[in-house]
Amino acid sequence: MNEALLILGMFIVTFGVRYVLFAIAGRVHFPAWLSTGLGFVPPAVLTAIIVPAVLIPQGQLWISPSNPWLLASLIAVITAFIRKDLLTTIVVGMLAFSLFRFGFGL
Amino acid sequence: MTNTTPSDSTLPSSREQRRHEFMGGAKATFPLIVGAIPFGIIFGTLAEPSGLSIIGALAMSIIVFAGASQFIVLGLLAAGAALPIIIATTFVVNLRHILYAANLVPKVRHLPQRWRILMAFGLTDETFAAVSNRYLQQEDIRDAHWFYLGSFCAMYGNWVLCTAIGVALGELFPDMTQWGLDFAMSVTFIGMVVPYLKSKPMWACVIVAAAMAIATATMPHKLGLLVAAIAGIAVGLSFHMMLQRQYTQTNENKEPS
Repeated sequence: MNEALLILGMFIVTFGVRYVLFAIAGRVHFPAWLSTGLGFVPPAVLTAIIVPAVLIPQGQLWISPSNPWLLASLIAVITAFIRKDLLTTIVVGMLAFSLFRFGFGL
Repeated sequence: MTNTTPSDSTLPSSREQRRHEFMGGAKATFPLIVGAIPFGIIFGTLAEPSGLSIIGALAMSIIVFAGASQFIVLGLLAAGAALPIIIATTFVVNLRHILYAANLVPKVRHLPQRWRILMAFGLTDETFAAVSNRYLQQEDIRDAHWFYLGSFCAMYGNWVLCTAIGVALGELFPDMTQWGLDFAMSVTFIGMVVPYLKSKPMWACVIVAAAMAIATATMPHKLGLLVAAIAGIAVGLSFHMMLQRQYTQTNENKEPS
């Protein structure tokens, strides 16, 4: 992976999105469906990253109570629903993962 | 509230006022920075195990400056995604900023391009939140760009510093990957997704994205990620619009207008 190219590419798309409307500074009205659609972007992308990482942690689909990634994720999801606090979710999820993977040696 | 006639806003402002705005921006952003600290550190720590060099990690924080995307890119690098997929994903993840920018256009159009470039570079979720609050409370926007600059500098300084701390920690404890830190990324994203789950269309979006992510997991270059995300967005949006149409129809029956 060419890192310079990676960073340059990321800079162009990130800065481009942030700057394009400031540059023209005309009044822009997005159609309602577009604004709504953009609201679905972060959860969709994040879910598409999480699920394979958790269910296919070592190259094969692994849906079983002995999969520590899956168990710890379920605990993290429950924590996130109870306490809407990101840091709590991370700490509890990581503790659960360490316990399952290294404590019980799953 | 101060006078906000157009002639007023062309008057030069005092250095004292600007300083006051700048500090106000930094102060208003402080609580949001506290939340960003662990992510900067975790990003720096995970960079090398994910296949990004130390210089690459620092350069990414300095040049790209996009917290969530940088995190996601690490996950993609670790999974062996191809460069165009990584750039396309960054683009999709950052699209939300165009809504922020659209919102801020009336507040920046009186400023010269160099200011707009600087402000665009510093447009993050946190700064948008802090600055919107400032615009709500005070209509006088003569020096509001200094408030923006204060918020940006606080966020930027913190992000670069935390990345450096994380990189240093990763160097000190090179076997940190063995501790299951790769899972830190998954668990962070879980904590970010759950608060979105408040409506049926959002549930549909996430469930479809999840199922499609598994179904497309074997696609080359991690292309499945984009396919799954787009499928989720399409289903969520369609569902949302369907509910909306039903809602307007029921209302039309009650009160025709």
